[in-house]
Order: sequence, then structure tokens, then C-alpha cells
Amino acid sequence: MSSLRRILSDFKVFGRGYLRNPIGLFFGIIFPIILIVLFGAIFSGTAGKIDVYVQNQDTGAVPSPFVNISEDLIRVLNDTPTLNVKLVNATEDMPKYLASVTSSDGIIIPANFSLEYEMGVPINLTIYGSPTASSSQIVSGTVSAVINEFNLRHFNGSAVIGVKQTTFSGTPNYIDNLVPGLIGFSILISPMFAMVNISAEYKKTKLFKQLSLTPITKMEWLTSKVLWYIVLTVMSFLILAAVGIYGFGAHIALTPWLIPFLVLGPMMFCSLGMLVGTLSKSVETASIIGNVITFPMMFLSGTFFPLAIMPEYLRTFAHVLPLYYVVDGLNSVMVYANYTSALIDIAVVSVITVIIFVAAAKLFKWRED
Amino acid sequence: MISIEVSDLKKYYGEIKAVDGISFTVNQGEVFGLLGPNGAGKTTAIEILEGLREKDSGDAKVLGLDPWKNGYELHKRIGVIPQQFTFFEKTTPREAIIYYGDLFGVKVDPDEILKEVLLEDSAKNRFENLSGGQKQKMGLALSLVGTPELVFLDEPTTGLDPNARRAIWEVIKNLKAKGKTIILTTHYLEEAEQLSDRVAIVNHGKIVAMGTSDDIIEQFGSGERLEIHGTEQLAEYIRKNTELKVQYDSDKHFVSIPLNQKIDALAALAAAEQSGLEWGEIHTRRDSLEDVFIKLVRGEVDESGNIAGNATHVAAVGKRRKK
Repeated sequence: MSSLRRILSDFKVFGRGYLRNPIGLFFGIIFPIILIVLFGAIFSGTAGKIDVYVQNQDTGAVPSPFVNISEDLIRVLNDTPTLNVKLVNATEDMPKYLASVTSSDGIIIPANFSLEYEMGVPINLTIYGSPTASSSQIVSGTVSAVINEFNLRHFNGSAVIGVKQTTFSGTPNYIDNLVPGLIGFSILISPMFAMVNISAEYKKTKLFKQLSLTPITKMEWLTSKVLWYIVLTVMSFLILAAVGIYGFGAHIALTPWLIPFLVLGPMMFCSLGMLVGTLSKSVETASIIGNVITFPMMFLSGTFFPLAIMPEYLRTFAHVLPLYYVVDGLNSVMVYANYTSALIDIAVVSVITVIIFVAAAKLFKWRED
Repeated sequence: MISIEVSDLKKYYGEIKAVDGISFTVNQGEVFGLLGPNGAGKTTAIEILEGLREKDSGDAKVLGLDPWKNGYELHKRIGVIPQQFTFFEKTTPREAIIYYGDLFGVKVDPDEILKEVLLEDSAKNRFENLSGGQKQKMGLALSLVGTPELVFLDEPTTGLDPNARRAIWEVIKNLKAKGKTIILTTHYLEEAEQLSDRVAIVNHGKIVAMGTSDDIIEQFGSGERLEIHGTEQLAEYIRKNTELKVQYDSDKHFVSIPLNQKIDALAALAAAEQSGLEWGEIHTRRDSLEDVFIKLVRGEVDESGNIAGNATHVAAVGKRRKK
């Protein structure tokens, strides 16, 4: 009970100090937002809409009194808030074309679509989509809604237009991976930089010695820091997810599967920062070692750029970086709904976290020999 | 009752003998000053007693506890201001006191403590904005939160201006009046004299003198001396024409003569008059604690308490002279 009281009291004092320090607040909360806005704006094209490639093969003349309904359909699709129609020449091979534009979302309107529609003959649209891309689900949902409207308009709801779903494995939108990437980035830098600095600085100014003269134990002190950075990470996560979803139309899942990563991640990097600061002889050395560890991890763990675009040797190297497993896990649960992969990541992150936390708690000293 | 008992305490760092076999006891309610130049080993000694460093050998008991092994227990009963006290930059004294209260599990009245250390006016200023004196007062305030039986003050006024120093003295005197046992390290003679009941002078890791200020002056001081303002020739003349031990201070330009008996002054003055040389102001004086301290730490005192010129074995002298 008294241990909890000390942890909470230290949490309060540390948190208050953190909030009063503009630098901490900048790196913890504002910097990741700036990054998501910048990268999102640079890479996501039309904000909020998914590019969908439509090939209209229904180009022939339609006998009077019928009209060309396919063009009407394209216009309605483009007017929806979720889709941005890009027309594809009727002669293109759709899968090849989608691959060339690194998209998985395409629609083919078949030949004689208008005629058959007007005559009430059932006819299918072909939709290309990736089962792992959340954007494909949105495309599919939107197209279904539009088709329903068309069916309703002309045939009192009888299903003339149907959908033929075709799988096409493309890549998810950049922003979809950017959100988990930046959450991972936030999980890394805020606790890591702060704890490297704090542990080296407190040692230099003898603040640790001073704390050792009070009943708070070093484990309690470390726990309160971990708690603070978990809270900060959750705040950062909520903001980044909101900006990603509402600002850039990111298609990410918010699921309880995120919790292990939002808890273990900050714990791991708090401990790692603590360990670096503890083992370094001076504040300057701590800062250099901290940067040497942090920077490669920041860029090579799939935070800003997907690992898929990197050469093989970098992808292999990424597997030794603890942050890789956090970002990979976040992508697995937020973008790909691949929980088997997420479980492996959770296991790896747990093991690394426990090892680093125990090492940090053991090696860091309040007092001197 | 004895609060602290130290016997033949040693702490070496390689070749450096930071603490080299010191022994002393401190009684309950006593203010005990550890006085010494920078690097004498005061802080190492005090940190061993606070449980912050492990001793190499010897014995140390603080409130009956081994400070290293029972540090956690001990820390609940002592208050400490480390040298150059520092704290979380963004925290105010009031918040810090409440925080310490939570850590110690005691109910505190921040206003009362702030008043006790004369820091009410800066209660809501962040630590980073406090002056040197205010920071030390905050350190004092925090050392009092756990209502300690024993307070360690490690150079509490180093680097402070005279006003701030005197303000801290006031606070320490109030603590003394409340019956707290206090261990004070300082390299300010006046501070040790003003605040301490007893003083131990530490040099090169050893205690070279210990007792009340008067005891130490009595023991190591050169007694009453006559000082005559004049030239070196005058000193030479008196030395040749009397049997007195004459010294000359070329900085202050005075001839200094130890008075074994009052009549020695007459002989010295008669010789000065006979010399035909010019001489001016005369007075008699006794060594202050500062004089003795300087002699002890510079190695300028021999076993009889006489100024020895170039003696180098202070530690040995001190050890022989120790009570």
C-alpha cells in the first residue's frame, strides 16, 4: 500500500515536471503529430479518399430509349466521400495495371453493362481488392452501397447488378502503415531520450543519491517512470490514430490487441534508456550511445517507410531491433488483422522487455560502493 | 546518549586515502562540526555515515545501525542535505515537501516547514528559479520532513553570499535549539565556531584536532604573543639582543614574539627602543581557531603547538596530539 502511495506520488511529481517542460511535451506529443501531418500530406495524395481504378468496358452505343448507365455509375462512385475514381483505359490488363500503380483497388464495368441493366438481365461488376488491405474493404462496402441504390432506382430493389469479388494482393495505402509506424516511433523516442538523459543527469547531480535517502526504492522510482510513459504513449496513440483516420482517411483497426504493445513498448524503452544512462560514464557519453541506438532503430524498424521497400540486408538487420517487433505487431493488429503474427511479436517484445527491465533495475545504483 | 560512534574508519580509492582511520563519537543533541579544506575527506566520511558509501574497514554506528547494511531503516530516522543540494527543476518547495511527506508516509504541514526554514516567500517558485540560498533552504526543509533525530548538513553554505549564509545559520541554530543532533561539514571556520559544540579538524583523511574551539586553540595555539609593527632588521635586532623566539611576518610587516610570561613583552619593547630602528603599532593577541586551522592544515605546527616553519607531518602531529 505504502509502495503504491510512493509510486503514485513520484508519478505525480514527475508528470507535473514533464508537463511543465515544453521540450518533453514537444517530443512526446507534438513532434509525432507534425510527422504524421507531413508524411501523410506528402504520401497520401487526395486526403480522405481512396484511389480506386475503374476500367469501363461498356463503351458501345446504347439503343434508345436506354442511356449509358455506366458513366452515371462512375460519377456516383466518384461523388462518394470515400472513393476517388481514376479511369483506366479499356485495353489495359487490370491486375498488371494495378501492380504498376502499387494499388490493390480496382473495378471493371463489363461490356454491355448499360444494356443488360436496362433490360433487367443480372450482370456483375468485378472488384479487385486485397484481403489484407483495409482500403479494399472500404471500396467493396462503398460499391455495394452504390449498387444497391442503382438496383433500387430502376427495379424496386431486385438485384440486377451483382458483384464479383476478385482477390488482388497489392499493398495497403502508405498512411495505413504510417500510423502504426509513428505510434512505434513515439513509443521509442519519448521514453528513450528522456530516460537516457534523466539517468545520466541524476547520477551527475547526485539526485539519485538524494532519492536513496528517502523511503522510495529504485524499483518504485522506475515503475513510476514506466507508468508515466505508458500514459503518454496512450495519449500519443489516440491523437495519432485520430489524425490518421480523420485527417488522412487511414484504414486502421482499433482493437484491444493494441494494449500489449502500448504497455510493453514504453516499458521496454524506459528500461533501455535507463540502462544506457546507468552504464555511461557521463551525460555526454550517455547521449551519444543513446543516439547510436535510437537512430538506426527509428528509421529501420518500419516506422516511416515500410520494410518492403528496403534491401534484403536491411530487412534482415531490422530483426535485431527491438522496435521492429513493436511496429510489426502494431501493423499486424491495426492494418492486417494478422493476430498470429501479432502473438509472435508480443512474445518477442515481452521477453526483450523483461530482460532489459531486470538488467536496468539491477545495474542502476542509488548509492556508490 | 551516543548518536554516532566511529572507530578507525577507512575508505581508500586506489592510492588516495580519502578517509584514513578516523574515530569520534557524537552525543545526542550535539552539533558536531567536521572542519577541513576541500578534499580533506569530510564528504566521504559523512557519506559513509549516511549510508551512501560503503566503508573499507573500521566501525561506524549511526543511531545504533550499520549505515550501509541498514541504510533503508536509517534513512527514515535521519535528515540529509547533500553537498550542493539539487532537486527536480520544475518542482516548487511546497510540492517537494508534500512529495517527501508522501514518500516518508507522514502528514506534513508544508507551511510550517517552510516557515521553519524561512522560505515562505518562495513556496511556489520552481526550483530552477530559486537562488543558491533558497535552494539550500529547500534542502533543509526536505531534510526535516521525516522529523529526523539526526541531521547531516554537508557544506550547507558553500557558494552562498554572506546574507544567505547567515540566514542558513539561523535555521541551523533553531534546529539546535530544538535538540536535534547535527553533523555539519564546512570549510568555513566562522561557521564551525558559530554553530558547533565540538569540532574535528580533518586533513588528508585524518582527524588532526578535535574538541571545542577553545580546547583546540588552547592545545594547538601558540598562546599570547606580542606583535610590533616594523622591519625585518628590527626582528633581527631583537632576536640577537634578547633570548626571545622572534618571528617576522613579511606580508603584514610585523615582528611576532610569543610571550611565555608577561615580562617578555618588556624585554622585547626595550630591545626595539634600543635598536634605534623605527617601530609603530604594538598589540598582543591570541591565536583564533582560524590561525590554528591554517597551521594544522598547512603543516606549520609542531608537537608543542609552536609554528614550525616547514613541518610536513601534520597528520602524524595531529594523531599524537589527539586527545
